[in-house]
Amino acid sequence: MIGDAISHAVLPGIAVAYWLSQSRSSIWMFLGAATVGVLATILIELLRKRLKVQSDASIGMTFTTLFAIGVVMITFWSDSVDLDQECVLYGEIAYVPFDVWMFHGQNMGPKALWASGILLCSIVVYLLFGYKGLKMTSFNEDYAAVLGIGVGAWNLSLMSMVSLTTVVSFESVGAILVVALIVAPAATAYLLVEKLGSMLLLSAAFALIGSLGGYTLSKVLETSIAGTIASTLGALFLLVLLGKTVVSKQINTYGLEGEKV
Amino acid sequence: MDPIFLKVVVGTTLLASSSAVVGTFSYLKGQSLVGDAIAHALLPGVVLAFMLGDGKNPAYLILGALVSGLIAHYGIAFIQNRTKLKSDTAVSLVLSTFFGFGIMLMSVVQQRGQGQQAGLERYLLGKAAAITMLDVYTFSALALVLLLGVALFYKGFQLMTFNEDFAHAIGLPVGLIRVTFTVLTVLAVTIGIQTVGVVLMAALLITPAAAARAWTKSLPQMIVLAAVFSAISAVLGTLISSAITKMPTGPWIVIILGLIGFTSLFIAPEKGWLFKRKRALENRSKINRENIMKLMYRQEEKRGKGNKLTSPQILSIRAMRDEALRVGLKDLKKRLWIIEHIDGFTLTDLGRMEGRRVVRLHRLWELYLTERLGMAPDHIHPQAETMEHVITPEIEALLIKELGMPQRDPHKSLIPYENE
Repeated sequence: MIGDAISHAVLPGIAVAYWLSQSRSSIWMFLGAATVGVLATILIELLRKRLKVQSDASIGMTFTTLFAIGVVMITFWSDSVDLDQECVLYGEIAYVPFDVWMFHGQNMGPKALWASGILLCSIVVYLLFGYKGLKMTSFNEDYAAVLGIGVGAWNLSLMSMVSLTTVVSFESVGAILVVALIVAPAATAYLLVEKLGSMLLLSAAFALIGSLGGYTLSKVLETSIAGTIASTLGALFLLVLLGKTVVSKQINTYGLEGEKV
Repeated sequence: MDPIFLKVVVGTTLLASSSAVVGTFSYLKGQSLVGDAIAHALLPGVVLAFMLGDGKNPAYLILGALVSGLIAHYGIAFIQNRTKLKSDTAVSLVLSTFFGFGIMLMSVVQQRGQGQQAGLERYLLGKAAAITMLDVYTFSALALVLLLGVALFYKGFQLMTFNEDFAHAIGLPVGLIRVTFTVLTVLAVTIGIQTVGVVLMAALLITPAAAARAWTKSLPQMIVLAAVFSAISAVLGTLISSAITKMPTGPWIVIILGLIGFTSLFIAPEKGWLFKRKRALENRSKINRENIMKLMYRQEEKRGKGNKLTSPQILSIRAMRDEALRVGLKDLKKRLWIIEHIDGFTLTDLGRMEGRRVVRLHRLWELYLTERLGMAPDHIHPQAETMEHVITPEIEALLIKELGMPQRDPHKSLIPYENE
């Protein structure tokens, strides 16, 4: 849920970055978004730990207020900032192929492709180097702290990765649907396996099936690409959940060997 | 006054305050973000209703939203109860995939060129400024239903929020109460979303409740306060957005709400940050004072009444920050507990009494730890260092009674009483 909150909360950062740099250059956007993302995380923790606000409510309060500030900024600077609320909500993946990166006069392909590619590589590198620290802090913070692992630093780096992913994906799929991409494959995988390693691989597989299947479906039905991908991911989750419920019911009734118990 | 402005103010105020009433209960249940999920999950229902109906009748859309919201709510509950997924994962999952499905359906509407999408748009971005007279009537009716529902089920909601098992045990129809609450929440979201849009809806539910909680502990007061905060934000937000051209109303309402919320959490008595901070500081200076008094009294015990101590001498006996000692001595002088001479500080009678009190508590507690809890005499000093600042006169009397007015502590030091 914190990922969802951050994807909304970064809006004022993006707006300010647009306004200051007068460009859609990803690096500025990321800096703005990362700053506000970290601020939002700190604010949420402050509300929760120091002021004893319910954790749900501290997330909700923070991201809505920041998002509202972002919307007002965008409206205020609407003459100079080429960004609107709808783009934030659903993204513009259909326009991605037209926004190409020109390098020395050569067409290098869509910018978003490059950005996402670099993102993917950095996430893989981050995982390779940080796997153990992340694993420890995700499963047992106290134990990790006892072992001398910098829990705060790991959480902060994970949050920054989430912000980075959000910012890069957000122009393509929008702030809400990026949440589907972050949550749904992992949740589906978690229904089936328990080991972190297999969960990572399986969730990547589900994400691939969901996005390829969703994209194909959207071409056939002529519907919104991002929306269809999110729906496909949701349907995938539902399918696995139902399948699992049916199977476990059968096991309960008949036992593992198929005999009625 | 401008009739359009008035209409918007009445509409937004009704919406915001009825959401705040429902939000108070979900805040106390710790389920604030379920409202956020429902807000997003309404979309497919609304769009389907738009496609099937003629799209102009707001009642159709509200019905669609209601159905969709209920499905989402039960979907979240199902995932939370039947799988090992964390509850916030269930919320995000339903939120994002339902919303995605809504966007997908919406693109179908755009394909078909069904037109008049204004009715749909308001479910996404909120169109407070475009409130019509029909809307005001609809909202008033819904707000009335909400308030009536809360009034009728007040006892049930209260019990469900604080102790569901107890509600079960005394034979309340918990299932019915829960369904009613869900319907009311979905209703509140359905109407609220049309002012502030899908993303900001959560603010109308959560922020007033969190702000009100900072000021009061009582549920009825909290409900009223939350509604008042929302009403103020609605009026101010509408005022600001009408004063500046092109300014959206919804976000301004949410910003004002956020301002009220964060300020409340900052300044409110008892629970607010400022208050807690002040109390911590007071506590620290009290401990500091008591430590200096204790030290000076013990030096008098060793060297006789009227013994003079300079600051460096105090620092050589007890390690403390120079600044803390300076502030502490100044405070003690003002209280007339010590007198400053050219060559050091001495205790006054008042100060001696205070020092004696702290030393007495320290030694009584040490004795209690060894006598009654069987702790070793070399392990008790640190505990006594803490407890001497905490023990009240009532506990002191009980300790003296329990230990039979003892004369010496475990280290054979005299326990000083006041009548000596």
